[in-house]
Amino acid sequence: MTTVLEIISWILILSGSFFSIIGALGSLRFPDFWSRLHAASVTDSGGMILLLAGMCVQAGLGLITVKLILIGVFLFITGPTATHAVANAAFVSGLKPTGNKKTDKG
Amino acid sequence: MHHHHLILRVVTKLLAGTIILYALYVQFHGDFSPGGGFQAGVIMAVAFILYGIVFGLVAVQRVFPPWLVHKIVALGVLIYAGTGIYAMMLGYEFLDYGAFDPGHPSHGQHNGILAVELGVGVTVTGVMVAIYYAFAGRAPRISDEDW
Repeated sequence: MTTVLEIISWILILSGSFFSIIGALGSLRFPDFWSRLHAASVTDSGGMILLLAGMCVQAGLGLITVKLILIGVFLFITGPTATHAVANAAFVSGLKPTGNKKTDKG
Repeated sequence: MHHHHLILRVVTKLLAGTIILYALYVQFHGDFSPGGGFQAGVIMAVAFILYGIVFGLVAVQRVFPPWLVHKIVALGVLIYAGTGIYAMMLGYEFLDYGAFDPGHPSHGQHNGILAVELGVGVTVTGVMVAIYYAFAGRAPRISDEDW
């Protein structure tokens, strides 16, 4: 049973780390502002949820799991909100998503 | 306020109270887990600063008026020093928390550190909010055309 839990938690943690690395790589390498923002928000939602779920399985039932779930809930609310605020600020200040990477200089 | 701030306003309303609750947790749980007066004060101030950034300076100053902020800055120092002087009045040294429970000095120290940390938290809240008010409330710079 312990081995099964270890395997599950490590699968979750490693895939969360994978999403975080992908997000960092994407926000460095993507061509324009909007696709970079998309890559960065993957780190917020996908990577964070998988990492916290993996840590919950590691911690077992208890106070630590409750705290991790609370952290997850708040990051789940604030992460997309921060992405929205950044995207909104860029949109209001005149950077329009045209779908053409030649004209979207971010 | 423009219509595109709707998400920020809803999330801020959701979070402001929770941040204050978390600040109180950090304040009064500081002797069992990481945290203490300074951190709790900063977190408490963040709730007001977030509210001020999203809803504007006028709205946050209706909740937490500047005269109250300035009083609170002094109140925290008063709590801190008052704890020390109370120990002196009981015949011990300044800030010797053992005075509060002579039969069981470690209980007295526990209560004393809680009182002192409360003073630190109150002052740090006041100072952080006062700095935010000072920056956010300053008059805009005169541009070259206006001279």
